[in-house]
Amino acid sequence: MKAKVHVTLKNGVLDPQGKAIQHALGSLGFSGVDDVRQGKYIELDLAETDAAKAREAVERMCKELLANTVIENYAISIEG
Amino acid sequence: MKAAVIVFPGSNCDRDLAVALEKSSGKAPIMLWHRETEVPQGLDLIAVPGGFSYGDYLRSGAMAAHSPVMREVKRMAEKGVRVLGVCNGFQILTEAGLLPGALMRNRDLKFICRDVHLKVENTETAFTRPYTKGQVVRFPVAHHDGNFFADDELLKRIEGNGQVAFRYAGADGTVSDATNINGSRNNIAGIVNGKGTVLGMMPHPERLIEPKLGGADGKPMFDALVEALS
Amino acid sequence: MSKITPEIVAQHGLTADEYKLVLDIMGREPNLTELGIFSVMWSEHCSYKSSKKWLKTLPTKAPWVICGPGENAGVIDIGENLAAIFKMESHNHPSFIEPYQGAATGVGGILRDVFTMGARPVANLNALRFGSPDHAKTRHLVSGVVSGIGGYGNCVGVPTVGGEVNFHSSYNGNILVNAMTVGVAQQDKIFYSAAAGIGNPVVYVGSKTGRDGIHGATMASAEFNADSEEKRPTVQVGDPFTEKLLIEACMELMATDAIVAIQDMGAAGLTSSSFEMASKGGMGVELELDKVPMRETGMTPYELMLSESQERMLMVLVPGKEDMARAIFEKWELDFAVIGTLTDTGRMVLKWHGEVVGDLPIDPLAAASPEYDRPWIPTPKAPEVQPSDVTELAWNEALARLIASPDLASRRWIWEQYDHMVMGDTVGRPGGDASVVRLHRSNRGLAVTTDCTPRYVKADPVEGGKQAVAETWRNITAVGGRPLAITDNMNFGNPEKPEIMGQFVGACQGIGEACIALDYPVVSGNVSLYNETAGQAILPTPAIGGVGLVDDLDKTASIPFKAEGQVLVLFGQGDRKGWLGQSLYLREIAGREEGAPPPVDLVLERKVGDFVRGVITASDTNTVHDIADGGLLVAVAEMAMSSGIGAALTVDFGGPLHAALFGEDQARYVVAVDAAKVDAVLAQAAAAGVPAVKIGVTGGDALSVNGGVAVPVKALRDANEAWLPEYMSHGA
Repeated sequence: MKAKVHVTLKNGVLDPQGKAIQHALGSLGFSGVDDVRQGKYIELDLAETDAAKAREAVERMCKELLANTVIENYAISIEG
Repeated sequence: MKAAVIVFPGSNCDRDLAVALEKSSGKAPIMLWHRETEVPQGLDLIAVPGGFSYGDYLRSGAMAAHSPVMREVKRMAEKGVRVLGVCNGFQILTEAGLLPGALMRNRDLKFICRDVHLKVENTETAFTRPYTKGQVVRFPVAHHDGNFFADDELLKRIEGNGQVAFRYAGADGTVSDATNINGSRNNIAGIVNGKGTVLGMMPHPERLIEPKLGGADGKPMFDALVEALS
Repeated sequence: MSKITPEIVAQHGLTADEYKLVLDIMGREPNLTELGIFSVMWSEHCSYKSSKKWLKTLPTKAPWVICGPGENAGVIDIGENLAAIFKMESHNHPSFIEPYQGAATGVGGILRDVFTMGARPVANLNALRFGSPDHAKTRHLVSGVVSGIGGYGNCVGVPTVGGEVNFHSSYNGNILVNAMTVGVAQQDKIFYSAAAGIGNPVVYVGSKTGRDGIHGATMASAEFNADSEEKRPTVQVGDPFTEKLLIEACMELMATDAIVAIQDMGAAGLTSSSFEMASKGGMGVELELDKVPMRETGMTPYELMLSESQERMLMVLVPGKEDMARAIFEKWELDFAVIGTLTDTGRMVLKWHGEVVGDLPIDPLAAASPEYDRPWIPTPKAPEVQPSDVTELAWNEALARLIASPDLASRRWIWEQYDHMVMGDTVGRPGGDASVVRLHRSNRGLAVTTDCTPRYVKADPVEGGKQAVAETWRNITAVGGRPLAITDNMNFGNPEKPEIMGQFVGACQGIGEACIALDYPVVSGNVSLYNETAGQAILPTPAIGGVGLVDDLDKTASIPFKAEGQVLVLFGQGDRKGWLGQSLYLREIAGREEGAPPPVDLVLERKVGDFVRGVITASDTNTVHDIADGGLLVAVAEMAMSSGIGAALTVDFGGPLHAALFGEDQARYVVAVDAAKVDAVLAQAAAAGVPAVKIGVTGGDALSVNGGVAVPVKALRDANEAWLPEYMSHGA
């Protein structure tokens, strides 16, 4: 099955890349963009067939490597 | 002093650190390959160098923090062996949990390579003893992800414990947003652990160890380590 | 097997005549894979078919040249059993299409050219040309190219220590990204590409092969047009981490005796590397393409032969050393595969799961590639510009405008994004004349620089060619180095136009004359033609990379003033009154881009340079700056701005003041000498017949000329530093 992981900066952590994107959008004439937060998207192809077990494994992967929980949040979705 | 320098495949300041250590101690340090699962007996200092450890494509230092050798470094650090992490080494030490906080992309998103002035905050460690509190030193930085982050609570703890070793400052020692090269919280350029035995810093003391290279403010740190640990 | 139609031939960039030659050589119709191989081997990029005739005229020999043009890079003797190995190469078209990856892979490619030969890279430089600052794409291109160069060089851990940047509208649609690498090897550990030994294994190492940059080499030789945007998928992506692993693994293997020959897979990938190795060694080669490590499924022999995936090398090993070599590459987590063997057939035989899918004769294809004697017409001489016909602006106003102009503004914003100190041997950092990199664990150093003044070359290719060489020589001299050899990166428009070909021929003539006069041969180089968009050619840009040796790092010079009260001496002026034709003053202040460029007197150049170097090595000065763009006053201002110390100048060359201050006469240096020593130095100059004149004294915090108004150095520095960051801060 497939796991999709979104890693984003926690609220309250300054996101310089997001700020730069927001600024660039403004200078391209896209008005009304109040905030931009950017992050990473990671796709994992898993051999595991049990959704609950897969989620548990990916949860551990996020905590140990995929996200730095000092500054980042993560969200997991399991498909297939 | 028996010193070792960790070598990840993408380390690129390993030689520079080894040269600096040898210059002060007269003895070449042991170069420790990242796959080593045991470190030599009787080490006094482990240095984690700058570079791009495993390419740093996920997050600077994230993968290196889980390497076999870092498990040993952690074990040694717990026993009180001194650990110095410079640049990527600092990133690795935070990712490995040996130091608090995290290092994020620089505020202006660009790689920065230049000499910066640092205000020395804590002189009670083997690394920083030769400097005086409040002294201004000049070290080079060369990083893309040096923006030190800690949330308010953690920051308070780090500051309260006197764990800040260096802050980005002006030539006259002023610490302000204008002297904050990368957006680090409280201008933090380097911190130590609670016991003062592990130092992580973004600036490179090993790059200014002789006047020919443009300065020698980094030399006393290595001299002092040799003196304290011999 | 598919029929080769005239359309397919045209898509592969071959002319009807060239295809006829293909049929002659093959004795039959080629299949698609074979046609693809001809197409890349005979592209301008790989074959130098338009330029070869003229490149052959360049001087390439000197007692210290170990290996001249023809190998991956040039090799010179730098004493103590060491060799400097270097080359400059263009990555222009890819960088215009995708600036980050284009520039990054340009750096990766030139690094491989150097470490392939056994040298550890110790310095990177880059010569960049962008369009007009007010062109819509310029900012995006500057930003992408600079971060691409930094992203790659910083990660591999080779310091980027120097280079140059120009802005000019002729580059609006064709930027130039010329990357140079300098490496150092033991003289008894230099590796070449000529294959040898029938039956020896041919080994592939590095990254896996994907569908990157298929037809990149033919793209690099085609003029741009509106649908170039669609060529985007052919741009390669660089992986500097893998390059770093490849450097370390190759260095480790090179310390053994396992390698017979080695060649990097650059433009035209496996095709050109295997052909060149076999051709140089007079060998045949049989490749089993199904053994090539592949990144994607369903790849064809055609794609494998033409892929330009990065970070790959091809080697011929000593038989029996495969396992030892494999262990080294596996330690560095790189692919390693024996993909073929050398034969005595003189043919390249390609197999796919045992079946022959290509069979070509090597010599006729590689050595007998087309060579054109393209028609050319010399560039007509431009008239001299008389200083009296040029607007005279108050010197302080003119200086303020010049130092904040795009071509003279500080490049700090750029080089602070490059790690220029890693490896711990950068003694002379960017921002001066030549940069200086210490030879590890010694007190000697390499002085390195890149230079070219394209507007001079446009106005007079011969003088401009000379000037580019002379300026590198002067920059190396100004830090106390002995200039040894150059690499040339020839960037021009469409050679099928006689006036463009005339620029190329003229520049080669000028470069050749300068090399001979200065004992400063060409040891490597690269040609990039067809730099045109919609018929608009770039300024002819023969970028020169110079390498010299500093014998004693305690006897060098740099541009910042070191002390107050020192006397400034101008060397080389003689009775010249100041040449304003093609000067930046003329362009920026008078708004005129015209006239003949300053003539280059190579005898004077050498005499003055040798003398100034002597003053440095005698420790009579450690403060020297050559005079280039912007003339005398800009040179003095740069010395002041880099130190914070001012100067009071007294200048009178017997002509108009603006010509004296801003004229761009060649062969000149400003040197600061202690007051107590100056008379002796001037006496030595007189004895040597070297023109020398006192022009002022250092001190204070302002710059003044002939009394009167004084400009604070800080104000100059602020203006000089502000332009580029200010410009780049607008927009995305």
